[in-house]
Amino acid sequence: MITKQRPPVIQVQNLVKRFGNFIANDNLNFDVAQGEIFGFLGANGAGKTTAIKILCGLMTPTSGQISVAGFDVYRQTDQIKKQIGYMSQKFSMYEDLTVKENFQFYGGIYGLSNIVIRERTAEMLDKLQMSGIKNKTLNEIPLGWKQKLAFSVAMIHRPLIVFLDEPTGGVDPITRRQFWEMIYEAANNGITVFVTTHYMDEAEYCERVSIMVDGRIEALDTPKNLREQQGVSSMNEVFIKLARKQNLNNG
Amino acid sequence: MINPHIHIEGLTKSYGNEKALKALSVDIAKGELFGFIGPDGAGKTTLFRLLATLLLPDSGSAEVLGYDTVSGYKEIRKQIGYMPGKFSLYQDLSVEENLNFFAGIHGTTLQENYHLVQDIYQHIEPFKNRRAGKLSGGMKQKLALSCALIHQPKVLLLDEPTTGVDAVSRQEFWEMLKNLKEKGITVVVSTPYMDEAALCDRVALMQKGSVLKINTPQQITAEFGHALFSIRSDTMFKLLGDLLQLENTHAAFRFGDTIHFTSHNKEETSQSIANNLIAQGHHNVVVEPVLPTIEDCFILLMKMENNA
Repeated sequence: MITKQRPPVIQVQNLVKRFGNFIANDNLNFDVAQGEIFGFLGANGAGKTTAIKILCGLMTPTSGQISVAGFDVYRQTDQIKKQIGYMSQKFSMYEDLTVKENFQFYGGIYGLSNIVIRERTAEMLDKLQMSGIKNKTLNEIPLGWKQKLAFSVAMIHRPLIVFLDEPTGGVDPITRRQFWEMIYEAANNGITVFVTTHYMDEAEYCERVSIMVDGRIEALDTPKNLREQQGVSSMNEVFIKLARKQNLNNG
Repeated sequence: MINPHIHIEGLTKSYGNEKALKALSVDIAKGELFGFIGPDGAGKTTLFRLLATLLLPDSGSAEVLGYDTVSGYKEIRKQIGYMPGKFSLYQDLSVEENLNFFAGIHGTTLQENYHLVQDIYQHIEPFKNRRAGKLSGGMKQKLALSCALIHQPKVLLLDEPTTGVDAVSRQEFWEMLKNLKEKGITVVVSTPYMDEAALCDRVALMQKGSVLKINTPQQITAEFGHALFSIRSDTMFKLLGDLLQLENTHAAFRFGDTIHFTSHNKEETSQSIANNLIAQGHHNVVVEPVLPTIEDCFILLMKMENNA
């Protein structure tokens, strides 16, 4: 939640994105605070990916005032990209590079010096207790480990905001929880975490959750308030209640 | 089991040094809705490809509808419907063209077998001229299921049909599977979502190519063997740390908006745990005994396996 101590790092006002006649984002309004874990939920095709691309400076909105890390999404996309990190389940690291090479590659892209890359790589691998595998290629490593490494790589340049797009898909339940421990730690250090997931128990771990339906934000609040507003006992029920009507309309 | 629809014995498959499936044995009855539950790397896709006669086992055997997957593959292919994990329909054919294609290669037509797919197909029929590649995730999944059903298979093999699909579409999909099962079709499905296990008649919990347990979901949760408590306080992050430090803690992990906790001390009660936490400065402590879910059981079994 936005407070004096925790200023907004993402500000979205009247965001609209059209593709021809199709409105992917229909007047979105929300702010995300520094150090907040913000859950960005919605049904498939609700418009989440479009919104994330705009916030990452990869796509220009049709209209609206949007700033990320204090930079404007129309004109200052290069500055935005330096201040954010991104990882997804589908693509995060190069499978045929080693762990060390992946850190070097991403660090290099963000313009870090070799000394800084070496220091941060050592520090992060040490914390993950994965120093022993730094010379293994990614395709030799189990998925759960990979996702933890990918999260670290996404933060090698110490971004203000990290975008996680279904970071735990297909990951076993123990590793999934360890991954969330890492998210909490990042947020405790003041990094803003913007996360999507299809696991509704993970929605409960977020400080606030927005639920997109058919291009619009249908609800945005703490998990507790959302449950109370909808008169149900879990985020799964909240989600199904809000998303179901639309889903029936579209087949 | 007498005359199972699927009979698997010691089925093993490696890729190089990687053991993808380790001596799996299980029987699946006619008309059963059977789930293989586990994370990526559990061996689910390898198993489905073996059953669909697309891979040869290293050792062990599998029979589908009484035919061996190696010597009887031609018969099996006629009588099963297989929906691979990766969307594998023709993206540049329309919805209707895809269905006609799959009907055609099995020597039937959409008109002839319309009744078989009607319940599912009618959801996407309004979009029948749209190219498959342009469908949303939920609609792709319904088309893929229709294509797997069009030749009236006796056994359906669905490899992770709900992965990456939102909670609403997942719920609808499981309702469809229940209807298919009621028509007498044997439905074998895999999923990484633990909550979907409860919707199956029986499940195999899998990890790293091995089976942790096979049983009904009810029996698996009944065999959990520990008193499970759901705990909440004002400071959840601190709560987890404090619970892990308690003398008799067996396990503590986040579970939605609460922490699930088990103790080595069989005398432990909600009250004794709450007192302990209040003494450590927690406010608004709520401790309730709860029934374990499949995910609780999976975590416990994983821990036992990892410690073994």
